[in-house]
Amino acid sequence: MEAVKCVGLSKTFVKNEKIIALDRVSFTIRNNEVFGVVGPNGSGKSTLVRILSTLLIPDHGHAYIFGRDVVREYGSVRRMINRVSVDAAFFKGISAWENLRYAGRLYGLDSRTTKVRTLHILNELGFNERRFYEPLENLSRGMQQKVAIARAFFTTPMLLLLDEPTTGLDPRSKLDVQNFIRTSMANDGFTVLLTTHDMKEAEMLCNRVAIIIDGRFITVDEPRGLLDRYKKPSLEEVFLDVTGREWKEVEDES
Amino acid sequence: MNLKTHAYGSIAFVERNFALIKRYFGWELVFLSYNIVNALAIGLIGARMGKEMVLYLVVGAMVWGFLSILFHEISESIAWERWEGTIEYTFMAPISRFTHLIGNCLHAVLYGVIRSSLILIIVVFFFGISIRSANLFGLFIILVVSGLSFIGLGLVAAILPLLSTEKGAYATHIFEAVLLLISGVYYEIEVLPVWIRPLSYISPATYTLRAMRAALLHGTTLQQLLPTILLLLAIGAILIPLGMIIFREAEYYARKTGKLKRSG
Repeated sequence: MEAVKCVGLSKTFVKNEKIIALDRVSFTIRNNEVFGVVGPNGSGKSTLVRILSTLLIPDHGHAYIFGRDVVREYGSVRRMINRVSVDAAFFKGISAWENLRYAGRLYGLDSRTTKVRTLHILNELGFNERRFYEPLENLSRGMQQKVAIARAFFTTPMLLLLDEPTTGLDPRSKLDVQNFIRTSMANDGFTVLLTTHDMKEAEMLCNRVAIIIDGRFITVDEPRGLLDRYKKPSLEEVFLDVTGREWKEVEDES
Repeated sequence: MNLKTHAYGSIAFVERNFALIKRYFGWELVFLSYNIVNALAIGLIGARMGKEMVLYLVVGAMVWGFLSILFHEISESIAWERWEGTIEYTFMAPISRFTHLIGNCLHAVLYGVIRSSLILIIVVFFFGISIRSANLFGLFIILVVSGLSFIGLGLVAAILPLLSTEKGAYATHIFEAVLLLISGVYYEIEVLPVWIRPLSYISPATYTLRAMRAALLHGTTLQQLLPTILLLLAIGAILIPLGMIIFREAEYYARKTGKLKRSG
């Protein structure tokens, strides 16, 4: 069974104008695969993640996570997933520990289990344990994002939705997070959907990569396959070839 | 989902909210001091009219304090999550919406009871009022059952911030202000213009205040309070499930239109 199966997913938002966020997107993610989605701001990456997170209902099409429909069976889906978003969303006035204990309880975990698991993950991420009890507002963006990574991983989800988890991080924190994801994948075998602005990250972490523009998947393949198919030395150049846009422009927008 | 998961889910909100109170304890003291001074000042308005009038006004201030805490904590819990940016994580967690909202209500009741009891103790000492003839057990029962109806109102009001970030919060405050006007908090509802009075009869706060004043001022027995208790229970029994149903519909609408996110 596929970990994720999307069939003809479409979503349009209407505010002052009609915005097509997703346009008939179909793809599958295999079990234990890291599937990357790269594209500029507003291309539909986050809309896709929010549909798979059960927070958004598509206008058309279906999405299944381990065979469960994300709209009709959202209760079952929520037990199988967790997520890291670009902004480390926490109650910033309270500590990492208090935030994680809260998250643990929502996933049915007692505070002892939560503490053991999260400290283990945070240690691997190079997080200073003494700062575990400090209000999150006192921690750097990189440290907050490490806590966000711990919050997603410690509930041992079957599918992790990583929505630009390293955007805006300093190089050290970025490397810590990337190494942690890679090690966890090798040891624990999660399935991951990763959206990113970092082509090198996509190349390094993903088994397959999709390029999304204006809500449509333009191409999907293994990183090596994309390089061979477009006869380019890097994914950034593949992106230029496929979209006619410099990857640098996309990074600047973000 | 088993009972343990429900319990952990509800405790999560109680624990988190008390952690936030602890973190901003200085502000808690400020608000508590303000509430105490407010209750004392309102009581002093009636000082020349005798102790019964003081108690009449103080009951209004205290009950309104309790009910508005309850109403606020529940109705603003969603707006708060939006401001903090945690709304998506809370709504995608594997807990039922009932568990989520009951957790918030449980915290609101505990918090409201602690604050209102503190205010009552200080007010009684300040004015040297004797409450020996009061029916304190009846008072407690009224407080609990009125809490149920206000939880129901809070659940209905919580929908507004779910549908709109800013406008929802405005509407919640207007809703609360109207309750203050129509419920006879500091006066008998008979002094209200005739055209407003029908609204007073549908506000659970009207019955709560009457019953609490009767219990505290005249020592009205539980048997005599029974019709009001049953009425408040009935209002709670209607409003809580109604609030849950409307909340579920509003959540579906928010998921459909993309409003279930940090910036609405």
